[in-house]
Amino acid sequence: MVDLKSQTPCAGRVPLRVGPLSLTEDTPEHMTAIAPYIGQDQALSDALKSAHGMAAPGTGRMTGKSGARALWFGQRMILLIGPEPEAGLAEFAALSDQSDGWAVLRLEGAGARDVLARLTPLDLRPAQFRRGHTARSDCAHMAASITRLGDEAYQIMVFRSMAATLVHEVKIAMGRVVAQK
Amino acid sequence: MRIEGKGLIERGTPVSFTFDGARYQGYEGDTLASALLANGVRMVGRSFKYHRPRGVMTAGSEEPNALVTIGLGAAQEPNLRATTVEVREGLWARSQNRWPTLGYDLLALNDLAAPFLGAGFYYKTFMWPRRFWERVYEPIIRRAAGLGALSGAPDEDRYERAFAHCDLLVIGAGPTGLMAALGAAKAGADVILADEDTTPGGRLLAETIEVDGVAGAIWAKEMVAELAAMPNVRVMTRTAITGAYDQGTYAALETRPYAMARRPGATVGTFWRLVARRTVLAAGALERPIAFANNDRPGVMMAGAVRAYVNRWGVAPGGSVVVFGNNDSAHRTAADLLEAGVHVAALVDSRHYATCDLDLPFYPGAEVCGTQGRRALESVTIRSARGEVRIRADCLAVSGGWNPSMHLACHMTARPVWNADLLAFLPPDGAVPGMVAAGAAAGEFSTRACLAAGLRAGQEVARDLGFKTGDLAVPMAEDAPYDIFPLWQVPGRGRAWLDFQNDVTVKDVEQAALENFRSVEHMKRYTTQGMAPDQGKNSNVAALAVLADATGRGIPETGTTTFRPPYVPVPIAAMGAGASGKGFAPERHTTSHAETEQRGAPMIEAGLWYRPSYFSRPGETHWRQSCDREVNMVRHAVGVCDVSTLGKIDIQGPDAGAFLDFVYTSMMSTLAVGRVRYGLMLREDGHVMDDGTSARLAENHYLITTTTAAAGQVMRHLEFVHQALRPDLDVRLASVTETWAQFAVAGPKSRALLNGLLDAPVDDARFPYMACGTVHIGGISARLFRISFSGEHAYEIAVPARYGAALFTELVSRAEAMEGGAYGMEALNVLRIEKGFITHAEIHGRTTAFDIGMQRMISAKKDCIGKAAAARPGLVDEAREQLVALKPVGAVKEILAGAHLFNAGDPATRDHDQGYVTSACYSPTLGHVIGLGFLKAGRARMGERVRMVDHLRGSDTLCEVIEPVQFDPDGGRLRG
Repeated sequence: MVDLKSQTPCAGRVPLRVGPLSLTEDTPEHMTAIAPYIGQDQALSDALKSAHGMAAPGTGRMTGKSGARALWFGQRMILLIGPEPEAGLAEFAALSDQSDGWAVLRLEGAGARDVLARLTPLDLRPAQFRRGHTARSDCAHMAASITRLGDEAYQIMVFRSMAATLVHEVKIAMGRVVAQK
Repeated sequence: MRIEGKGLIERGTPVSFTFDGARYQGYEGDTLASALLANGVRMVGRSFKYHRPRGVMTAGSEEPNALVTIGLGAAQEPNLRATTVEVREGLWARSQNRWPTLGYDLLALNDLAAPFLGAGFYYKTFMWPRRFWERVYEPIIRRAAGLGALSGAPDEDRYERAFAHCDLLVIGAGPTGLMAALGAAKAGADVILADEDTTPGGRLLAETIEVDGVAGAIWAKEMVAELAAMPNVRVMTRTAITGAYDQGTYAALETRPYAMARRPGATVGTFWRLVARRTVLAAGALERPIAFANNDRPGVMMAGAVRAYVNRWGVAPGGSVVVFGNNDSAHRTAADLLEAGVHVAALVDSRHYATCDLDLPFYPGAEVCGTQGRRALESVTIRSARGEVRIRADCLAVSGGWNPSMHLACHMTARPVWNADLLAFLPPDGAVPGMVAAGAAAGEFSTRACLAAGLRAGQEVARDLGFKTGDLAVPMAEDAPYDIFPLWQVPGRGRAWLDFQNDVTVKDVEQAALENFRSVEHMKRYTTQGMAPDQGKNSNVAALAVLADATGRGIPETGTTTFRPPYVPVPIAAMGAGASGKGFAPERHTTSHAETEQRGAPMIEAGLWYRPSYFSRPGETHWRQSCDREVNMVRHAVGVCDVSTLGKIDIQGPDAGAFLDFVYTSMMSTLAVGRVRYGLMLREDGHVMDDGTSARLAENHYLITTTTAAAGQVMRHLEFVHQALRPDLDVRLASVTETWAQFAVAGPKSRALLNGLLDAPVDDARFPYMACGTVHIGGISARLFRISFSGEHAYEIAVPARYGAALFTELVSRAEAMEGGAYGMEALNVLRIEKGFITHAEIHGRTTAFDIGMQRMISAKKDCIGKAAAARPGLVDEAREQLVALKPVGAVKEILAGAHLFNAGDPATRDHDQGYVTSACYSPTLGHVIGLGFLKAGRARMGERVRMVDHLRGSDTLCEVIEPVQFDPDGGRLRG
C-alpha cells in the first residue's frame, strides 16, 4: 500500500520573523464552505450553534473561537475552520470541502497593520476593522480573505497555489515596515 | 553667507556635499538651495530654451530655476528642485541643461538668437521638408532645449505603494492645517495631517511672527507634538498630496530621509492612496513674481523666499538687497533683513500711497524696470516719477502678491473664481466633493485669520461627521489686512519673464494674442506657459493678466487654465511601485511544481499558472524530440500530466440539475449519478464561451470542470446567472479548483498503473468510459474520472491537494517503470489536435457551436443561455467558416497557426480570404504535420486543396482539407 506524504501550502517558506513581526502558517484540519439553501439561514445558524458552538456570522464578521471558527466568506457563504462539519448541516446548506484549497497565514506583531496597508486597500483602522472583523479583498493582486484576530494579529488567506507569492510579498512588506520605523 | 544666531538648522552637525564637482559645507536642516546660497553660489542652472544663467528663486516645491540632478548611474535622479533636496553628508549634485559647464555654456548662443526663438518659432520654421521633423529637427531641438536626463539603466531605487484611510485629511501643516487637525482630532475624528516639507509649520518656519506669545516655529513644533501624541492623528511629513480623485481618494508621494532609505529592506519613497471622508485644503499660497526686463537673473528672488532663507536657514541671499513689491510682503522682507543685519539698498513699493517707517531708502510709487549683471545680478534700475536710478545690489526680493494654492481643488475640472480685492483666483466651493479650502489657500492671508479658519474648518468637518466638538481658542497672532495694488508687468526694453521654467516672456504671450491665440488654453499651448512639472505655479496668474491686457479683456473673462495632477512631479517608478518583474502578477503553482522543476521542465504560463512545456530526457537536444517521445508514450504505454489547473466548481442543491441545463447546451439533469458528460457553455450572444465536463457525484451534487484560462470567467458567469437571472433556483456554487490535485493518467497502460496504486482495482464494468466515483489510495479518499483529452483509454485522478506532490511523484515513477512518464503541454496539445479536440485556440470567442460542428449538442428539449441567439440565420449559415483539419500535400510541409487560407488558384490577398489556421503541430502518430482551422463551408469541402499562406513568416503551403478527427475516429481506444 502506498503511503502518500502530506504537505502544507506554505511548507518550507514559513515561519518568518522580521523584527517584532512574525508570519506563521495555520493548518486547520478541516475547512468547509457552507452555503445555506434558500430560506435556511436561521436553521443553519441554529444547527451550527448546536453542532459546533457558534452562530452563523453576519456579513464581514467571524464567530467562534480559536480551534473552531466560522468566517463570513463572501456572498451567502461561511467558511467553517477547524472541525469536520457535522453531516446534518448538509440538510440546510451546500457543503464544499476547502481544507486543502487555501493557504492560511497569521501575521502578528507591532506594525502588522502597516504591513497589510502595503498589500491591501482595506480600511484597517482599529475602530473600523475590529477583532473578529473579516473581509474578502485584494492582497498584493490576489483574491484574499483577511481577518483581524487580535490587537496586532491578522489572518490572511489566499488560494493554495499562490502561497509562494503571498509569503514573498508579505516578507518584503514586513522588511519595509521594520526598516522604515 | 550665514547670519549668526538665525535659523532652525543644526549648527552642531555640519555636512559636506558636492555641487558641479566643488565641495561645500552646509548643516543638517539645510536644503541644497539654502546651503548653496550660504556658500555664495548664485548661478545654479541654465534656462530651458535660451540657456540663460539662473539662480534660486523660491524656497519651496514651486522652484522653477534651480533644477539639479542627484546621484550617478542607475539611481541618478534628474530635475529635482534644489529647494526641496535635503543636504546630507556626501550628497552629489550637478546642474543641468548646460554644455560643457554651467559657467561656459555653448548653447547660450540660443540667447543671442532669442529674437528668432519666440513663441511658435518651431511650428513656423521647421515645416520643410516634412520628413526632416522627426529625423533631424526634433532630436536637435530636444537636445538643446531640455532638462536633466535619466541614465537609461533600470532604476535600482525601490518605491512602494500603500493605502491609508481617515475621517479627515488635512493637506498642509501650516497654521491653518495645524488648527484644522487639532479641531477635528480633539473631537475624536481620525486625522491624517500631510505636509510636503520635512518639518511641519508652513510659513511659520519662514517668518518672525509670534503665535500665542511664542515664536511661530516653536508654537508649530509644540502643536505637532501634541497632535502626534494623539492616537487618532497621523502626521505625515515629506508627503506631498499630488492629486485629488473620485470618492475622497488622494494620491500622495512620501519621500524617505536618505539614511532611512539606505537601510536594508527600506524604500526611497511610498506612493500612497489616501481615502478620506472629508478634506481640508490648507495648502497655503505661493508668491508670484512681477514681469520686468531681465527679471530672471540669478539673485532675483521672491520676497517671501528671502525671508525664509534669512529666518529658517540663517542665510543672507545677498550682501546688498533691493526689495520690490506691490503689497506688504515686501515691507516684511525689508524689516526681517534689517533685523538680521543685512544691508537693504532700497525698498521699492509700486503703491503710490504706501508709507514706511523702516530705516532705509524708500521709493513709494516706483517700480523696478530692469536689472544688470553678467552671470548674476549686479545692479537694479528703479523708475519713479523723478526718473530712473541705478542701485548696486546682488539680490532683488520681489513680491507681486500671493496666489492661493488651489491646485488640488481643480483636479476634478472645477474652474477657479477671480477675486478682485485679493487680485487672485480662489478655489470654488464644492470643487472636489468633501473638500473645503481654508486659510491662505482660500484667500485668508493673516496668521490669525488662518488659525481661525483652520480651527473652524476642522470643527465643522468633525460635527458634520457626527463628532462633538468642544471649545477651543484661536491662538493670538498678527492680523494685518492684505493690501495689494495691481501690478503685473513693468514696461521697458528687454525681455520680461513670466514663466521661468519654460522660458516664456511677456512678448511671447502678446505674440500669441496677436496671432489670435486669444483663448487662455490656446495661449498656453502656443507659448508652453504653465506646462509640465511647473503646472503654472509661478506664472499662471501673471501670464493671463498679460493676455487679458493684450486682448482688451478683464481677467475674469480671460479665465485661467486648469491645474492637473500631479501637484509636484512624481517618479513613474513610484506610481508603478511593485509592478515590475514578478511583482506584476502572482504566480500560481501546482502541487507538482517542485518535482516538475527538479526534472528540468521549462515552464509556460497559462493564465497565472505555471505548467511544464515538456520533460527533456538525456540525449534529447530539441523540444520536438521530447514532445514526440511523450506523444508516443501516451499512445503506446502511459503518460502522466498535472491537470489541476482546470477550473473545478461544486454545483449543489435541489435545483443543481436545472441550473446546469440552463447554462449548458446539453441536458445535464438526466445524467446518472457516477457518470460524466461533456458540455458546451454559450454566451448570451450564442457564441461558445467554454467547454468542460460535468460529473454527477450525488443526486444534488455536480462537479463541473472548466478550461484553465476561463476558470475565473466561468465562475463569474455562473454567479451572474445565479444571482441575476435565476435566483429562483435553489443551487449553490463553490470553486474547489485548489482543493484537489488532479492528474491525467492516459494510455493503454493507464488502468494497469492505477490498479497498482488503488486500494481496490477498477475494471470496465465498474468504471466504463465517462464514469466517475470515489476510490482510495493508501486509505486516502480520492476521486476517479474516466475521461480523456488524448483519445486514449485514460483517467483523471484527484486527491486532496496536500497529497498532490506525493501522488505526482508516485505516478510518474510508476509510469516510467512501464515505459511511460510525465508529459507536458506540448505533447498534450499534439494529442488533442490528432484527436480533433478543441481548446480556446478554436473557441476563441468568435465561433459558434455550429462552426465547430457541435450544433447538435444544443438540446432541442430545453432552453439554455445563448440558444436563441445561436439559432439566428447568420450563425447557422452553411457558408460560415467551419472547423476542418489540414495536411500538407505539396513540396512545403509547414502549417502555421495564424496563417490564412485561400483557394488554390486565388491570389493570397485579403479579398480572397477563405479562413485561417488555429492550431498546428507535427503528429508523430500520423507521421505528418496537421493543422486545425476554420474554412468557409469547410465541412462540404473535404478532399479539396487550399493554399495556406502566412504573410508574416513568409510561408506558402498547399494543403488538403481533411476531417477534424484524424486519430481513432470511431473512439474505440477511448472505451477499450
